[in-house]
Amino acid sequence: MELFKIILLVSLIVCAVSVAFTKDLLTSIIIFMSYSLIMCVIWVLLQSPDLAITEAAVGAGVTSILFFVTLKKIRAIRREEQDE
Amino acid sequence: MSRRRDNYENSRWMKFKRWVDGETDPLAGRMEARAYEDKKASHSSNHGRERLEDLEADTEEVLKRLPIFANGYDSVVDKGLMAFRRMYKVMSVLLCAGIIAVLLWTVSYLPVFGDAKNPDNNEVSARYIEKGLQETGAVNIVTGMILDYRAFDTFGESCVLFIASCCVLVLLRIDDASKDEHVQMRKKEAEYDRLYEPKNDIILQKCACILVPIIMIFGIYIVLNGHLSPGGGFSGGAVLGSGLILYLNAFGFQKTGRFFTQKVYQRVTLSALTFYCLAKSYSFFTGANHLKSGIPLGTPGAILSSGLILPLNICVGLVVACTMYVFYTLFRKGGMK
Repeated sequence: MELFKIILLVSLIVCAVSVAFTKDLLTSIIIFMSYSLIMCVIWVLLQSPDLAITEAAVGAGVTSILFFVTLKKIRAIRREEQDE
Repeated sequence: MSRRRDNYENSRWMKFKRWVDGETDPLAGRMEARAYEDKKASHSSNHGRERLEDLEADTEEVLKRLPIFANGYDSVVDKGLMAFRRMYKVMSVLLCAGIIAVLLWTVSYLPVFGDAKNPDNNEVSARYIEKGLQETGAVNIVTGMILDYRAFDTFGESCVLFIASCCVLVLLRIDDASKDEHVQMRKKEAEYDRLYEPKNDIILQKCACILVPIIMIFGIYIVLNGHLSPGGGFSGGAVLGSGLILYLNAFGFQKTGRFFTQKVYQRVTLSALTFYCLAKSYSFFTGANHLKSGIPLGTPGAILSSGLILPLNICVGLVVACTMYVFYTLFRKGGMK
């Protein structure tokens, strides 16, 4: 269990740093989502399932979707094929 | 009667406004880099190439007038500028390292995590843990705290969510009746919103068919069992909202528009917040000492127990679910149709 916690915390730090260092905005949002998921598991391990549910729904779900929509609106996500 | 200003065009505010609008280039002094009329015309007509040539001519003139660029771009590689840039990088790294060091130093003085002698283990939390079940009737002590002892805080939080969605509504809503050019352009864009996406994607629809009912039922379960099991209004509402967003993405605005319009949003949010306010504002008159609501607490563990907590949970859940969904629709299309 201790090892599992250490792995989670290390990957949390890796995620947090790599969000800042990724050039592609889409990739950084997906890394941000995985950060939220790891945080959600850590909340469960810290015995606060209330926060875990909220983190999973808001952090990994709604926030990232809003980010995706915004990126699409400002045309930061490239479209694969324009015609069709 | 106030004195009339004659020289309004040359006032400091107008200069600042012109600079913000990009009409004058501050580097090039008083020369007009981009004429405002030009910019307006280029929106409606298709003089793209002409405009580009104009811009190039403008840029060349700016470059000629500036002393740094007198010999072309290469002369920018000035020794002083280079040294400044290098110093800038070094200083930013040093500043970051300094802040990190100060923060870590502060953290080392914090009490040990989970220690029984920590200052947060005082009589307040002891009272919540010992008498919480007896006083609020909620098995889940977290909900007992946030919706009974500190219900007014939660009311403030739901109001913050409501105000946030109002702000997004003000900023992003597309008014159909508006004659403004920019709004019309955004409206047209929103109409073609799904043009470039896979329409009626069969994989997404089949997945949504299976997932959406499960997500919805799970969300309703979390909201209704807020006082018995982990969860509550906020988390359940967020789950409900994301389920609605998934449904919207799979089946489009025509399907959701049948049951979720702006009127529905207004009525649901307003009535939920009003009920919450009426149910809890008595603590204004009683000085927050009187916690009893008059409703019998019932047996702990039953679904109809713990007085006002269940209806308040439903209120918070409705507000949060509506807010999440409305955020998404406004970001996506600027409306709920």
